[in-house]
Amino acid sequence: MATVTLTVNGKKVSGEVEDRTLLVQFLRENLNLTGTHVGCDTSQCGACVVHMDGKAIKSCTTLAVQAAGSAITTIEGLADGTQLHPVQAAFREHHGLQCGFCTPGMIMTAVDMINRHKANGSKLDEKTIRAELEGNICRCTGYHNIVRAIEAANAAMA
Amino acid sequence: MGMEGIGARVKRKEDQRFITGKGRYTDDFRMPGMHHAAFVRSPHAHARVRSIDKSKAEAMPGVIAVLDGRQLTGDGIGNLICGWMIHSRDGSPMKMGAWSAIATERVRYVGDAAAVVIADSQARARAAAEAVVIDYEVLAAVVDPVAAMQAGAPQLHTEAPNNLIYDWEIGDAKAVDAALASAAHVTEIEIHNNRLVPNAMEPRAALASYDAAEDHFTLYTTSQNPHVARLVLSAFYQVAPEHKLRVIAPDVGGGFGSKIYIYPEEIVCLWASKRTGVPVKWTAERSESFLADAHGRDHVTRARIGFDANHRITGFKVDTVANLGGYMSLFSSCVPTYLYATLLSGQYDIANIHCNVKAVYTNTAPVDAYRGAGRPEATFVVERIMETAARELGLDPAELRRKNFIRSFPHQTPVIMAYDAGDYDATLEAALKAADYAGFAARRAEAEKRGRKRGIGLSCYIEACGIAPSAAVGSLGAGVGLWESAEVRVNPVGTIEILTGSHSHGQGHETTFAQLIAERFGLPVANVSVLHGDTDKVQFGMGTYGSRSGAVGMSAIHKALDKVEAKAKKIAAHLMEADEGDIVIENGEVKVAGTDKKLGWHEVCLAAYTAHNLPAGMEPGLKETAFYDPANFTFPAGAYVCEVEVDPDTGTTQIVQFVAADDFGVIINPMIVEGQVHGGIAQGIGQALLENAVYNADGQLVTASYMDYAMPRADDLPSFKLSTHVTVCPNNPLGMKGCGEAGAIGSPPALINAITNAIGNNNLAMPASPSRVWAAMHA
Repeated sequence: MATVTLTVNGKKVSGEVEDRTLLVQFLRENLNLTGTHVGCDTSQCGACVVHMDGKAIKSCTTLAVQAAGSAITTIEGLADGTQLHPVQAAFREHHGLQCGFCTPGMIMTAVDMINRHKANGSKLDEKTIRAELEGNICRCTGYHNIVRAIEAANAAMA
Repeated sequence: MGMEGIGARVKRKEDQRFITGKGRYTDDFRMPGMHHAAFVRSPHAHARVRSIDKSKAEAMPGVIAVLDGRQLTGDGIGNLICGWMIHSRDGSPMKMGAWSAIATERVRYVGDAAAVVIADSQARARAAAEAVVIDYEVLAAVVDPVAAMQAGAPQLHTEAPNNLIYDWEIGDAKAVDAALASAAHVTEIEIHNNRLVPNAMEPRAALASYDAAEDHFTLYTTSQNPHVARLVLSAFYQVAPEHKLRVIAPDVGGGFGSKIYIYPEEIVCLWASKRTGVPVKWTAERSESFLADAHGRDHVTRARIGFDANHRITGFKVDTVANLGGYMSLFSSCVPTYLYATLLSGQYDIANIHCNVKAVYTNTAPVDAYRGAGRPEATFVVERIMETAARELGLDPAELRRKNFIRSFPHQTPVIMAYDAGDYDATLEAALKAADYAGFAARRAEAEKRGRKRGIGLSCYIEACGIAPSAAVGSLGAGVGLWESAEVRVNPVGTIEILTGSHSHGQGHETTFAQLIAERFGLPVANVSVLHGDTDKVQFGMGTYGSRSGAVGMSAIHKALDKVEAKAKKIAAHLMEADEGDIVIENGEVKVAGTDKKLGWHEVCLAAYTAHNLPAGMEPGLKETAFYDPANFTFPAGAYVCEVEVDPDTGTTQIVQFVAADDFGVIINPMIVEGQVHGGIAQGIGQALLENAVYNADGQLVTASYMDYAMPRADDLPSFKLSTHVTVCPNNPLGMKGCGEAGAIGSPPALINAITNAIGNNNLAMPASPSRVWAAMHA
């Protein structure tokens, strides 16, 4: 067992974890932040994506102890109070979700994607969006409206 | 229609919780004292269980029980059943082998549950499951359904000699044989409709608790139909009587059929929660989903179709072997029969059809309905053979289809179905136009210059939804009726709760169903709550599958609203001293037509509950229920066009465009309908291009993770071009047909027709992987 201390959604938290405890388990079980999901066991589906120090990571393949000292943002911490993040708003506006299970990971990936391209000054077109969604699987939407939502959010965040 | 009524693109009410991480899925619930179940699953496809040594696992930290199949059956828990009786052509009933939720003597597929560990954490339960030592006597296995019927094949169930579950037929074999014998041209194809794993993104889960004081169970579970789950768990598995079992299916992360069935894990969690005295939760790992969720498709089919000299179809003969896996899942028997062979007429006027289906046990996971359920298999046969015939006859595939379209309705096919409405020319023309079919030759020539093989393929599908008229399905062997129920509760302040037996697991019912209120009374959808998925709240329901929630579920709501409207009008007429027939309700107001007399909707509702001044003899309150039993199936139909480019060096296929023109009847929310079509097409493209559940000869599932099973990803798919054409369904009050499965039904043949058109070889199996396409090009 080890004690980990980290910042989650702006709040400092600490907890006792086993060495094998994954970050996603710590978020879900210890902190009751159940918006981050587990959809596979092989780091493929992306339902577990959160931000660690501003970068998208898969919390199902990160140990809780690896997150010690870092700042984690989960889907629950993305909105500014009742003000939705533009990516959240765009997913709703463009029907970019159906069952909602992959959605938190999709949104966290999309936020990271848009931020990175803005920082680089690189263009985020449909082909790039599709290529960069390769690590997030959705079974409901066929991705069509997820792509539309990310395009719209990217424009809104200009 | 108003801003939020029928036809409006209302944004989804449910999205707020999903985009903020506040959805509540089964695995998100926890209970005081909760323990975790981990299943010990058979590593062998076929084996006898000689003995189980639990001692090491029982001694591990946190473990409170290690349970086996003999204990389960010893406590009176019944076997799993298939709820649809099919009779073979010799009149004998289907041969169903016993399926215990935990195996007692024999395991029949890799993943079959052989024991379960209950421990105080998931990690400890899983670790202890690894420590259970089972001594297996490994038996020979068979995974190929055709081989399973051969003499000398390993036998799975003593009840089913030669592994044959049924040998069923529909149609007039002699008439078809005669038609084929005298045909001017006969086209023949052999195809394998590949086995798929549904892969809802939320893995299956169950959380069961037993309240000893009340002798009452609660089950949270990932179900598309919680009332059916309660019924089956009670009536057949003897877990608890219905009034002592509450089933809650909260937010459910996709289903696609795989969450219709009542699986061993739910039964075991309920049983174990009583036996151990603690709440028991199980959540599947993805590899468990691959092994133990019901799979889909897996048909081997030979089909022959005959044409006269005018290219009119004269007869169609189909012989199919359907692989049902190691056990008969809940609705497995009806998928390759009444959901398959009854759709073999496609959009075409065919006088003579015969289909024989042999359903077979093999040492593989059980196979049941997966998005489309029988109709994708039928459409693949029909649309592959039509395209093949057009090529053999040297005809434009669109023209051959037009020559055979049904154009007058109602149309009785020779395979039970009576199509009620449709306009197949309209959807085909819309699709061809959107795809610029006429300009294809120029695009192909241009691609050729770039060294690419370009191809185009069509698919004109039909399906049967709105499942289903209860008496009709009862006569065909169904163990249940397939009506739906609804309750509309109007509160004293005028807000409304709709309680529905349908279940939303991505379909947006909370929005679409509320739109019926906006349409009817002019109230905002924000004033409406839609409740579903809890047997303690909703009186009863048959759940969501077979694209039935619109045509059947919403028709029940419509019927309940008729009663609410009638009572509200009576009250308003009494209060305003007007004739009941002069009352109109619009924009949230209750008015006397032709006068300036009116009341607010909320005033009428309040009057219903204060009951100070109601018409003589009227009961207080404003709450109505309805059960709706459909008069017929509904028949969505449409035309899909797929255009591809194949890289001849690698065999890689790129989808250049995908066009869908669908007729779903009346559409409530076009935004949601488009989303359903997108998702369905993606699954169909997945089947045709990427996905394949592969068992090796020993019965090991070699595609049991996302590393090995090719799920469609964003960069595998194009954006889609959609359109709809409306013919109103005459058999339900809203004129709806259903849209949930069309994409998955119509798209595989369009894609395979396009690739085979591109490469000039018609012989190509699904999924059309680069290696298969390359091999077909060089065959």
